[in-house]
Amino acid sequence: MTILYPDAAKVGSQIGRSVPRLEGRDKVTGRAEYTHTMRVPGMLYAKLFRSTVAHGKIKSVDTSAAKKLPGVLHVVTVEDVMKVLKSPYYGPAFHDQPILAHEKVRFVGEPVAAVIATDPHIAEQAVQMITADYEEMAAVYDEVEALTSDVFVHEQLKPAHTFADLKHLKDAKNTNLALDYRLRRGDFDKAYAAAEHKFEHEFRTQKVLHLSFEPFACIADYKDTHVTLYDSTQGPSFVRTEIARLLGWPENKVRIKVPYLGSGYGSKLYIKLEALALALSMIARKPVKVAHTFEEMFYQITRHPSTFRIKSGVDKNGKIVARKCEVFWNGGAYADIGPRVTQKSGLTAAGPYDIDDVWVDSYALYTNVTPSGALRGFGVPQLVWAYEGHTDMMARALKIDPVEFRRKNLAREGRPHATSQILKDHPIEKVMDKVLERMEWSKPFDSGGNSHIKRGRGFAIANKAVISPTTSVAIVNVSADGSATLYCGTVDMGQGSDTAMAQMVAEVLNIPTEDVRVTPRDTDVTPYDMGTLGSRSLFHMGHAVRRAAEDARDKLKALAKEVGEPEGSNIPITDLFQKRYGMQAGNVIGSGIYKPDYTPPAPGTGQSPNVTPFWMVAGAGAEVEVDTETGHVKITKLVNVVDCGKAINPKSVETQISGAALMHLGFTMFEKMHIDGGQVTNASLADYKIPGFHDLPTKLESHYVEHDQSNGPFGAKGVGEVATFCVGPALANAIDDACGVRIMEMPLNAETVYRALRKKQGKPLEDA
Amino acid sequence: MTAATRTITFKLNGAPVTADVKPHHNLVELLQAQFGLTGARESCGQGLCGCCTVLVNGRAVSGCLYLALFIDGAEVTTVESLDTRDKLSPVQEAFIEASAFQCGYCTPGFIMMVTQLLDENPDPTDDQIKHYLTGNLCRCATYPEVMDAVKLAAKKRKAGATA
Repeated sequence: MTILYPDAAKVGSQIGRSVPRLEGRDKVTGRAEYTHTMRVPGMLYAKLFRSTVAHGKIKSVDTSAAKKLPGVLHVVTVEDVMKVLKSPYYGPAFHDQPILAHEKVRFVGEPVAAVIATDPHIAEQAVQMITADYEEMAAVYDEVEALTSDVFVHEQLKPAHTFADLKHLKDAKNTNLALDYRLRRGDFDKAYAAAEHKFEHEFRTQKVLHLSFEPFACIADYKDTHVTLYDSTQGPSFVRTEIARLLGWPENKVRIKVPYLGSGYGSKLYIKLEALALALSMIARKPVKVAHTFEEMFYQITRHPSTFRIKSGVDKNGKIVARKCEVFWNGGAYADIGPRVTQKSGLTAAGPYDIDDVWVDSYALYTNVTPSGALRGFGVPQLVWAYEGHTDMMARALKIDPVEFRRKNLAREGRPHATSQILKDHPIEKVMDKVLERMEWSKPFDSGGNSHIKRGRGFAIANKAVISPTTSVAIVNVSADGSATLYCGTVDMGQGSDTAMAQMVAEVLNIPTEDVRVTPRDTDVTPYDMGTLGSRSLFHMGHAVRRAAEDARDKLKALAKEVGEPEGSNIPITDLFQKRYGMQAGNVIGSGIYKPDYTPPAPGTGQSPNVTPFWMVAGAGAEVEVDTETGHVKITKLVNVVDCGKAINPKSVETQISGAALMHLGFTMFEKMHIDGGQVTNASLADYKIPGFHDLPTKLESHYVEHDQSNGPFGAKGVGEVATFCVGPALANAIDDACGVRIMEMPLNAETVYRALRKKQGKPLEDA
Repeated sequence: MTAATRTITFKLNGAPVTADVKPHHNLVELLQAQFGLTGARESCGQGLCGCCTVLVNGRAVSGCLYLALFIDGAEVTTVESLDTRDKLSPVQEAFIEASAFQCGYCTPGFIMMVTQLLDENPDPTDDQIKHYLTGNLCRCATYPEVMDAVKLAAKKRKAGATA
């Protein structure tokens, strides 16, 4: 029960408590509800017919046989969609993605037609009976080629204006460039020319994907006056805005309900199946469920493959004096949030180093493959892969210890970042020292002697700016029995946000966290939140939640005064309501809004004194054993350290660190979507390996340092992504240390390592 | 899809039940559609991730690959049978206390396998745990915490047995 004046009866601090997850019981009993397993009465099932060509004009789609199958109610193409939604295009950055392919297909797997049936198996069978005829066109797959190619994925670019910071995206023709982000600080050319040592490298990352175990799912229930979506989404507010836009309706007629999420990792952001489910429900005039199979996730959204050309000039003292970054992001056929990945990660492309003269070009490019979007790091893991490999390569070439080389060049507290923002609450040395301590870096290292098993160790460090500016709103409702309910749009997809937010409410109201109920996400009752993404929630929503709880507490105090209680009275809340309303009745409702201060970066130079409200800092150390006869790499130790500001829930922080690190161990060591002529050839869990129990490093350590985030709620900041940054380069640096081969493109599987070893011996293997 | 429907009889979490199934229905669909049990979930659809793990005649199977018709006359046990209104099983308690899940989608599958593991081997080593749980994947990668949970559950079960 809420206590009015905490000092009178302290329940103990709720901050820094490893409160077991509030939803734990639902999850361990199998009773938690997910959209993918949900059924609503009268629901129909939709299955999709997908393109078999990467780029082509649609000549015809033959749905006649499918329509005749008993149980099939509708077979839908974009022409049918356009009868209910005049403009069938959606997307967060560009309104470029059609609900079903319109005139053209742009990647293999793009939905071309949908079958609506009473039974999912019937729908699936009917899909097999559809045929399509395409006039194939030349396609472009590579991000670097896409910049200069005369193959254009889109005839004309169609920017949306949903986000304030993407407003400058302009209509353009004859280009695959969806965004060209620039940062210019100082004079790179001059500084580089004058540098004693010059280095230039090119790194690449492969196409990998989220693979949430609950595949994408949405049920739309359209009525003529309102619509309800049951949706596996990380951003219900955005979905509501976009669905309202498509319908030309006010937002209050669109309701998005979000059950538990079988995770997201960035895949279930913005808008995915929602527009299609809406259109199908409008056509069927019944609730329609669209739910992907595991395989179909390979045709929905992936991480951006990238090519990063990095150039640095170093002076005779080992100080990096100039850096140029050219990053090409392979955005796939539709922009999704790619332009924002390009821009927001672009600003930290030069790394956590103190460099006066910096030049960054970051290009978002359309290609004819599955679209790319956000994946746990918003592009930053791809950047760190390159700049931390580059850092090690320079140090080795200069014969400087890689750790000392970094220490000499780190951007410290109070120094300007490449954007010109002064670094604050950026405890990079503290993080570095913690990694080195846990790695026992100063002790002699056994490199494996003459055996064919070579041992090595590697280090990497990175930072990221949280996305800005974004807004969160929260409501805290204190009922007449003294219980408290929190309404917030942050989606708990496994990160533990409900528990952490409840802890903040409990701290302010001085009650046990377990007494706070967090309502399931429902846009009819939960207020606006920009989205559960980019490690922003604990900070932004945390502020809103704290303010809402403080507002409720202040209103309770006012109520006490109103009913004649003396100042400092600790009247039980139930008695307070009783006194005011004569029975157990009424509510006290507190609300809170948070939007950080922000200065937009200057166009053309990216300079801003306030581009982000907080920095994330991470470091990793890895020890490996490389079998030089097979190329097999065994990870004997992996240490990850992040700065979390203040751990609201220490256990959740540790779980986020190890979970993020292990996911990226998969991306680093073996995950890869194989694409042949635009066709994904390993679209299944049998052919696309993800980490399991046997892939765990022999020793895995997850640590955090607590450097109070001075503008954070209770000193806290987000940690969902930060442990993803350094795993890849730390492992590549360790492999180089072990056996002297440098791998510039992930994954670091046995074949890649063995090929590199053979190449180094002057006996390269032929291409497979 | 016009194939004949057959009526089957089996024991579901101890209770005798009947169901009408078609030859292409799998066990997960049957449990979800006709019995409202959604703890076993299809994810990979290939029997590789373990999200759909249920016991048939006391043996763990992948419900997404197990045809519903084959359970005629069998005993089926799902995660929903492990708890009562006021008590979780030791494995379920251990998963909460060790924070051994994030999104929770794969959790029922893990809990079924860990329950079977501890039935067979009340005191497994780290290697035995890893080996036994190879067929259960967790995309949130909560493996270190699952390892802790298994050991904690083993302790709880022993304490419960001697109490």
